[in-house]
Amino acid sequence: MYIIIPIAIVSMLIAGGFLVALLWGLRTGQYEDDFGAANRMLFDDSKPDTTGTNKKQ
Amino acid sequence: MQIQQFQYDNRIPKLFAVATIFWGAVGMLVGVLAAFQLAFPVLNFGIEFTSFGRIRPIHTNAVIFAFVGNGIFTAVYYSMPRLLKTPMWSNLLSKIHFWGWQLIILAAALTLAMGYTTAKEYAELEWPIDIAITLVWVVFGINMFGTILTRRERHLYVAIWFFIASWVTVAMLHIVNSFELPVSFMKSYSWYAGVQDALVQWWYGHNAVAFFLTTPYLGLMYYFLPKAAGRPVYSYKLSIVHFWSLIFLYIWAGPHHLLYTALPEWAQSLGTTFSIMLLLPSWGGMLNGLFTLRGAWDKVREDPVLKFFVVAVTCYGMATFEGPTLSLKNVNAISHYSDWTVAHVHIGALGWNGFMTFGMMYWLFPRLFDTKLYSKKLASTHFWMGTLGIVLYAIPMYWAAFRSYFMMKAFTPEGQLQYQFIDVVQTVVPFYVLRAIGGTIYLAGVFLMAYNLIKTAKAGRFVATETAEAPALEKVYVAPAKAHWHSFFERKPILLLVLSLIVVGIGGLVEMVPTFLVKTNVPTISSVKPYTPLELQGRDIYISEGCYNCHSQMIRPFRYEVARYGDYSKAGEFVYDHPFQWGSKRTGPDLARLGGKYPDSWHFNHMLEPESMSPGSIMPKYPWLFEKNIDVASTRSKIHAMRQLGVPYPEGYEAIADQDLKQQAEKIAAGLKDQKINIPSDKQIVALIAYLQRLGKDARAVSKPVSQN
Repeated sequence: MYIIIPIAIVSMLIAGGFLVALLWGLRTGQYEDDFGAANRMLFDDSKPDTTGTNKKQ
Repeated sequence: MQIQQFQYDNRIPKLFAVATIFWGAVGMLVGVLAAFQLAFPVLNFGIEFTSFGRIRPIHTNAVIFAFVGNGIFTAVYYSMPRLLKTPMWSNLLSKIHFWGWQLIILAAALTLAMGYTTAKEYAELEWPIDIAITLVWVVFGINMFGTILTRRERHLYVAIWFFIASWVTVAMLHIVNSFELPVSFMKSYSWYAGVQDALVQWWYGHNAVAFFLTTPYLGLMYYFLPKAAGRPVYSYKLSIVHFWSLIFLYIWAGPHHLLYTALPEWAQSLGTTFSIMLLLPSWGGMLNGLFTLRGAWDKVREDPVLKFFVVAVTCYGMATFEGPTLSLKNVNAISHYSDWTVAHVHIGALGWNGFMTFGMMYWLFPRLFDTKLYSKKLASTHFWMGTLGIVLYAIPMYWAAFRSYFMMKAFTPEGQLQYQFIDVVQTVVPFYVLRAIGGTIYLAGVFLMAYNLIKTAKAGRFVATETAEAPALEKVYVAPAKAHWHSFFERKPILLLVLSLIVVGIGGLVEMVPTFLVKTNVPTISSVKPYTPLELQGRDIYISEGCYNCHSQMIRPFRYEVARYGDYSKAGEFVYDHPFQWGSKRTGPDLARLGGKYPDSWHFNHMLEPESMSPGSIMPKYPWLFEKNIDVASTRSKIHAMRQLGVPYPEGYEAIADQDLKQQAEKIAAGLKDQKINIPSDKQIVALIAYLQRLGKDARAVSKPVSQN
């Protein structure tokens, strides 16, 4: 069952990475405003391009 | 602050959407064929490319990676720019991603049909394709993170968190499980052997379910469900909490696929424990999805998109309740190797993934083509066909599983097994027919959707890009409390405690791991020897034909299994098995102790015409094994590769391996000749017979475990 070591390490790395991501999210205020975040995604302000140029910015 | 203008690209999401529907139809069509083959073996057509063992991996790979995969990418490429208010980072990478992925799918379908397989479920593709997958996945990752880094919206909506977690974890899983030693261009051996290979495979296998079929689709749900319902998600807080708990728990659930096998007991318990805990975050997601429709249930009656979503989320809830239940050992004793597992995954695949995808398509196409859906009525018909299909699929499978379980474990009053394996097969065949009909109805619904969406596209005009405006993101973020970040945790002692526990837990586990290194976990059995060259070639044929799709090589320690198949399997028996061949489904009997059970001639006739030896059998015929020659040119490199992986062939054995192979083959051919069967000794069937006759023999010689240290 030697293999448990690499698996555990890889799993830990992933979990550790997620933990860092979670801390980052908390630190940078990602989760400060859960009302606005849930509502903002409902609104699309984009308009279809009708000019036919369709150039990338 | 300057307002910037930018475009959302719809071309890539459209391509992915079309690919989703196309591959979905193909994958399900292959699935329907496989389902009918189990009831009517004649549908294997007697040719190698269409036999069940090769078709079934095509079906699973196609629906997982082609149908759901393209579905994920459709959702990501459509939702991510809109959520982040920026175009995808690189249009070129998007194109490479799209075409690269489709080429991989094509290569996968062709090579699997040709019998190139690693025999690890849902990771069957051979090493060159594994590398291609890695590259395309990296391209996808660069594009995704590039987009996130250039975003104009500070907040990462919860869907994006799900996409990120999926990308990261799938990358890791794929790399670790694909560790294999190439033998030739399209052949490799798994780096791991036996029990260890099994653990890695199901660590991967379960997390593939988690991070390919579940988390990206939860992201999809969190975008498209609120959009379609026109109201925000029920609880954003819940979505965040269940996201983090889900991804932290999922990684450890894999061993529940190996309950009652030769996997060490502690690893099994670990898998069970985490699987039970998974119920909570999973249901958090389900309830959050369903409650989003609070007060909008009248819309569900009208809107086919919401109908699909409601049933999809319900199926997710059912499957994630069933999952922890199946990971309880006493339940797993019934379900493992049975059709119950098949039913379980199809509740997930047809219900959750399928219906989420269909709902998304019905929502997306009118928007991509700036028009109305061609026919709501047809979409509703599709909904009912799909639902009926799922019900007709699942119920017969559950029924079949219980019937076969009760038959398998039935003993006569004299203490003999009451039923032969073939009796059980005969009992479940009618259920297989029903299941295939259910699948056909479901597939017909997909065609109906394709028609509806094509009509929709034709009625409208494709909107290639959409223009939007947003201010650029300020470079520096000023936290509301301008203190050191520690203060955030310091103000929240409970949170600090929990996080510390997680960190300590991780550290502690890393420290404890070395103690698990003890090799006594896999007692080495002194009589277990490496395969002979001929047996090794035979084993590769066994793998190539996908025998593992229907036959296990793992006898669980139950009276009815030991009585039927022989002594229960021990970890030490598999130390030279690269890859392991435990299987996950018994459509046919277990083969772990097949060696010596029947004469060579029985196997010869059985492979040529299964019904001649076993009337009522639903096994396909394998006539090509009697035509094709053993690939002796590869013996040298195979032996060499095996030694590199730690199989103790003597030094320099490569050079003489083929002599041994020939000798053994001629002996078998001569033995068959005595039975009035003429077969040249260089045919594949001879190697396969050699392998089948070896199965389980070593452990029978002496079954005393010998600990090495």
